Amino acid sequence: MSVNGLDFTIGIGGAAGQGIATPGNILARMFGRRGLHLYAYNAYQSIIRGGHILLSIRIRDQEVHSHGDGIDMLLCLNQDTMDRHLNILKPGSWVIYNADKVEPGELPEGVLACPMPVGELAEGSKNKLIQNTISLGVMMSVLGADFGVLQEALEQAFGRKGAAVVEENVKMARAGYDHAAANFESFPTPLPEGEKPLAMWTGNSALAMGGAAAGVKFYCAYPMSPSTGVLHWFANHAHELGIMVRQVEDEIGVANMAIGAAHSGCRAMCATSGGGFALMTEAIGAASMMEIPVVYINVMRAGPSTGVPTKTEQGDLWQALGASQGDFERFIVAPVNCLDAYNTVPEIFNLVDKAQCPGIIISDLLISEGTFNVDPDLVDLQPEINRGDFLVDPSPNGTYLRYKDTESGISPRVVPGYEGFVHTVATDEHDEDGVIISDEFTHPHKRRKSVEKRARKFQGVVADVPAPSLEGPADAEVTLLGWGSTYGVIKEAIEILAEQGVVANQLPIKWIAPLHGDVVEDILSSAKKVILVENNHSGQFARYLRSETGYSPDGHIRKYDGEPFMPHHVVEGVLELMKTEESIYVPYQEIIV
Amino acid sequence: MSVAERTDPLLGIDLARAPESAKDFKGKVNPDWCKGCGDFGVLNSLQRALFELELKPHEILAVSGIGCSSNLPGYLNAYGMHTLHGRSLPFATGAKLGNHELTVIATGGDGDGYGIGGNHLMHTARRNLNLTYLVMNNQIYGLTTGQISPTSRPEMKTKSTPFGNLEYPINPITSAIMNGATYVARGYSADPKHLVELIKGGIQHQGFSLIDVFSPCVTFNHDNDFAFFKPRIKKLEDEGHDTQDWKAACEKAMAWGDEIYIGLFITNDRPSLDSMEMVLQDGPPLARRELGLSKEQGKKLIGRMM
Repeated sequence: MSVNGLDFTIGIGGAAGQGIATPGNILARMFGRRGLHLYAYNAYQSIIRGGHILLSIRIRDQEVHSHGDGIDMLLCLNQDTMDRHLNILKPGSWVIYNADKVEPGELPEGVLACPMPVGELAEGSKNKLIQNTISLGVMMSVLGADFGVLQEALEQAFGRKGAAVVEENVKMARAGYDHAAANFESFPTPLPEGEKPLAMWTGNSALAMGGAAAGVKFYCAYPMSPSTGVLHWFANHAHELGIMVRQVEDEIGVANMAIGAAHSGCRAMCATSGGGFALMTEAIGAASMMEIPVVYINVMRAGPSTGVPTKTEQGDLWQALGASQGDFERFIVAPVNCLDAYNTVPEIFNLVDKAQCPGIIISDLLISEGTFNVDPDLVDLQPEINRGDFLVDPSPNGTYLRYKDTESGISPRVVPGYEGFVHTVATDEHDEDGVIISDEFTHPHKRRKSVEKRARKFQGVVADVPAPSLEGPADAEVTLLGWGSTYGVIKEAIEILAEQGVVANQLPIKWIAPLHGDVVEDILSSAKKVILVENNHSGQFARYLRSETGYSPDGHIRKYDGEPFMPHHVVEGVLELMKTEESIYVPYQEIIV
Repeated sequence: MSVAERTDPLLGIDLARAPESAKDFKGKVNPDWCKGCGDFGVLNSLQRALFELELKPHEILAVSGIGCSSNLPGYLNAYGMHTLHGRSLPFATGAKLGNHELTVIATGGDGDGYGIGGNHLMHTARRNLNLTYLVMNNQIYGLTTGQISPTSRPEMKTKSTPFGNLEYPINPITSAIMNGATYVARGYSADPKHLVELIKGGIQHQGFSLIDVFSPCVTFNHDNDFAFFKPRIKKLEDEGHDTQDWKAACEKAMAWGDEIYIGLFITNDRPSLDSMEMVLQDGPPLARRELGLSKEQGKKLIGRMM
């Protein structure tokens, strides 16, 4: 508990198959209903049974932007969790464990042990997951929360399994709650309540829901971690919202099927991770050449190749920039947090519809699989939908030229099915009427005109993309630069630096292409010291920034061990880079999962 | 609007009137295929079939991949998509699901459909969406100037197999049957009258139809030319073949000697994907529906997040 209010992280550790997700979700819902802000990060492995999982749930009574710097209450569902993480607990924290099965080890000074006599409390229950429910009771008691809140959450979580299951879980939770009340020290002050209940979502569900709000009528995918949550959300809502959702044979099929649906007139989207995105790239060029708007999502995981399927990285920037052969424009955007992921989908759809070209959203495991709270009033359920120069009720008016060479480069679009507008779209270079010029006589003047037309329409929408802007004091000693998901952790690092007397600000980059390089260069060249924070080894954004602006930051904080940054990693990096001549700082990941 | 404005200067036809002959399905440009190419017979048969089915150009979307035969949509007066090599079926699937009122016809060659796009054929067959797939099978790669294709015969000598082909060919008919296609036929481009009926049957069939057509390459395949096929071609209907009997169909499809069969191998009425898909049951095609969430839908979504 910080002096500034509630700031508390619960860690739940165990093996895959031990049912960590259920208590995690129940806790998250309870905190949300209480109006507390939550940021949950699940560190897990690519295994269905076994391995090690550590779910961190950080709660605050104010907005929370990262999974924090440590664990205040560790629930050990197995011995492995105790052995791995006991050493990171600080004085004043709790460790809760099944006393029948887990040896506590040597407790660091000031750590409060909460052994649960599970066998005794469970009274012979055969339910192997019952320790999870008992521990929920223990945690609620220690946190000073009312049991009624937990009972309600259990009723909701297990309601579908029938009254007997609900009854058993409530009974076991009560036993844990009462045992803890009688035996363990609890919070000096009870768990606070926020102003109003908050909603709960993940980045993947936000991306999917953002798609639904943007009017996506066609979604297809091939399952791939960590993007599969988008598919699951769409599949669950397909009938209710009237959205065609298909699981396709491979990502090549996915990417092209989405273009087919978009050509018919639907807003179409698909999501994958880096490996699947690699298979999709030829299609992205096809969407550009045929001038069909489609949105592709790449939820990054650690690569190269199949890499580390359940770990995060910002390693696919250049893959997005270079996706597909040829020289063409595409929108690339990296949402900075979960709510931003939601808002980004309608934003990019309006842009790709206007410019009739492909768009790429780069998310990563941290945002996509993280669980977050959001004020429901901040979720814009009816965002602006602008389909651009799209003839929805056309009538014949002379010869229709699908690729008419207009001043803006944008040619009014008619989709198949309308009388009098018959035309062919082609991935081969073509003339204004869609007839390909590549076969018999590739007219250099026609080719040049087509290339310039496609580039021109992109230039025309650059102004529609907001330029990045500086957050925090203008006269800061250090300017932290980041892109996409590092926004939150940098924001918190800046707060910590301020407490230590270092004034820092942040330039968060969301839109990668177009970048507004002139604005970025202006801001950075007047900063005192610029440090770029990114979750990769080679400094992908550093290279992109140099290529677009000629600007090179003074220092770099890079992390490429599969785990996301924690605020203190950035703080330590800034302090180190301020006093040494080194230009790159690589933080040490102390929580080993 | 004057009559002149409604007339396409390239085609010289009224844009909105119903086709009066198969010629009204001729595209903006003439085919650039070699003289004598089998693909001419396929294009003519397709145009005739569309005319006889009384379809209008704007009701049709022809989707192709890459290859000589994949240039077909440009030669057809209909909506067209000339797409990536091997990907006609995913494009066609997306377009059909987006607007299931369109008559969607995928076209291409054996390299495009059975080679690079082979995976999509397998899955499109089992998916059984109401599409018609017309493959101009010339058993060679023509546009790349003569290399083996997945249907080239063993020992065939080509530019990529100067010592003879060591690989066994795919049988598209048995493959499609095994993978669940519900209308599987084989035509011959030199018998357009027969082919027109197969294409009409495929378009009218509610489900996925594969029509594999022997469409000889006169430039690069001198093994399987018109002279090779002429004496061997036999029609299934002349043999009293039962199109419900998949085993007999496979046996006939495997015949590759003095007798090579064309005609309808199998058909069945397994429900098509579009007829089963809940989302398509009520209302207009997806592409014409209102976008976004209603207030009611949004409220429900938020409610579940609490």
